[in-house]
Amino acid sequence: MTAGTASRATRAAADGAQGADAALQEAFDAAVAADERIEPRDWMPDAYRASLVRQMAQHAHSEIIGMQPEANWITRAPSLRRKAILMAKVQDEAGHGLYLYSAAETLGTGRDELLDKLHAGRQRYSSIFNYPTLTWADVGAIGWLVDGAAITNQVPLCRCSYGPYARAMVRICKEESFHQRQGYELLLALSNGTPAQHEMAQDAVDRWWWPSLMMFGPPDDASAHSAQSMAWKIKRHSNDELRQRFVDICVPQAAALGLSLPDPDIRWNEERGHHDFGAIDWTEFQEVLKGNGPCNEQRLGQRRRAHEEGAWVREAAAAYARKHTSGAGPAVPNGKATA
Amino acid sequence: MTAALALGDDALVLSHRLGEWAGHAPVLEEEVALANIALDLLGQARLLLSLVGDEDELAYLREERAFRNVQLVEQPNGDFAHTIARQLYFSVHQQGLYEALAAGGGPFAGIAAKAVKEVAYHRDHAEQWTLRLGDGTDESHERMQRATDALWRYTGELFQPVEGVDVDWQALHDRWLETVGDILARATLTVPAGPQSGAWTAGAGRQGIHTEPFGRMLAEMQHLHRSHPGATW
Repeated sequence: MTAGTASRATRAAADGAQGADAALQEAFDAAVAADERIEPRDWMPDAYRASLVRQMAQHAHSEIIGMQPEANWITRAPSLRRKAILMAKVQDEAGHGLYLYSAAETLGTGRDELLDKLHAGRQRYSSIFNYPTLTWADVGAIGWLVDGAAITNQVPLCRCSYGPYARAMVRICKEESFHQRQGYELLLALSNGTPAQHEMAQDAVDRWWWPSLMMFGPPDDASAHSAQSMAWKIKRHSNDELRQRFVDICVPQAAALGLSLPDPDIRWNEERGHHDFGAIDWTEFQEVLKGNGPCNEQRLGQRRRAHEEGAWVREAAAAYARKHTSGAGPAVPNGKATA
Repeated sequence: MTAALALGDDALVLSHRLGEWAGHAPVLEEEVALANIALDLLGQARLLLSLVGDEDELAYLREERAFRNVQLVEQPNGDFAHTIARQLYFSVHQQGLYEALAAGGGPFAGIAAKAVKEVAYHRDHAEQWTLRLGDGTDESHERMQRATDALWRYTGELFQPVEGVDVDWQALHDRWLETVGDILARATLTVPAGPQSGAWTAGAGRQGIHTEPFGRMLAEMQHLHRSHPGATW
């Protein structure tokens, strides 16, 4: 999608020697109001830029940290077909991380800088990845529920006002939908399998249901960034709206799976045209966000260790590239250019 | 079908080792690349094992002594240099072997023809990293040389004739030596001086004699499948 007229106007205004902030702001607001895409070279409010960097970095970090709970089962996958599917999925997640870091870089930050912030605990990743994968069925529950929640969150981001983010999301959502179906199909096979397999599937859904609902973030009346993000059309729906949509999607899917959801308060509300559901344990959510979830230390520790133990490899690639600058040598992957 | 088992087990076991890297790679691009290579190899393993019987029965229900892979592919990942050296030795070998099989018109010609395209990529990846590490920093050079030396003793087995694989093994070995020697030289590394296989390692994996880490690898790989006899997944 190309930048529209109002968007071009912001560039024209930025080129003008006056640089009148009010005019720039006005052109930006008009572009957002007209549902046009903001592009990297367009003027944008500093707070809009900062908010996008925060959200996109968090999103990229979630893809990268999110590889761990699933990779935990690659070496134990119970059939070669499932093993291939899982490997492909974890590979896709690394790819999604790469798209998102690239998209974030259009805002003037760098991947190395963002990774440093993740490793220092100064930027977050999704709370869901601080839960452990204890059985094979967890791989299915993650596909169905966690990817399902992610898709519900992310499909509206395909219309996000910032062009590079929106375009990354289009590609990512296609692959995520595929993973979600595979996760569902994995659970279906377990649910219809032996009693032990069925029990494994139910146990996984019991453990992943509530954390999945927490993926939509705090309730609307406690969400710090929501109002501004919606005004900027970064977000299109509130946390509670998306959470409700997700519950409404999952209830019939759980029935089709032959599995129950661990919430005795779920029932159809004719008046609202939605499912009512029980209260989320927001204390648990806050604890996980604060770093006190079951796997916070383990996840960040593994990420830091991979980065630190890989430093000599990145340095080697950078040193090699410096020696062979004629272009005949291999490209440098994320090598730090420092001597 | 000893041959399909031997080639299938090589791919299966190396794929498994590469899968252990997921979430631990030194740079995100390598998360993608190593998983990609692991997936290609797993695909090859599935095709080859299916020529013999049920792929899951063969992968999950055979014990250590019944596996026919070379010892090279079961070696633990070690540091990134060890993984790259293992991949270089194996990929150059696999490329030569599969090119010969694809041209030969035997029972593996079809599978080999599909696989050579993948293997050419694997070999390029390993070659480029051998150059970067060998000719990178002092530390990377030293690590790459150590890895090259440590795994050298497992390379002789790659050229032990496999029953049912109709290729000129001596010619494969000569070409492999020349190619690997050239890559190591360009990477400023020294071709190891030790023997490529000792009396007891020559052909040992192909006969079901493996190294100690392999049993532990199989225990992890097979435990879930074995815990639910007869289940489908």
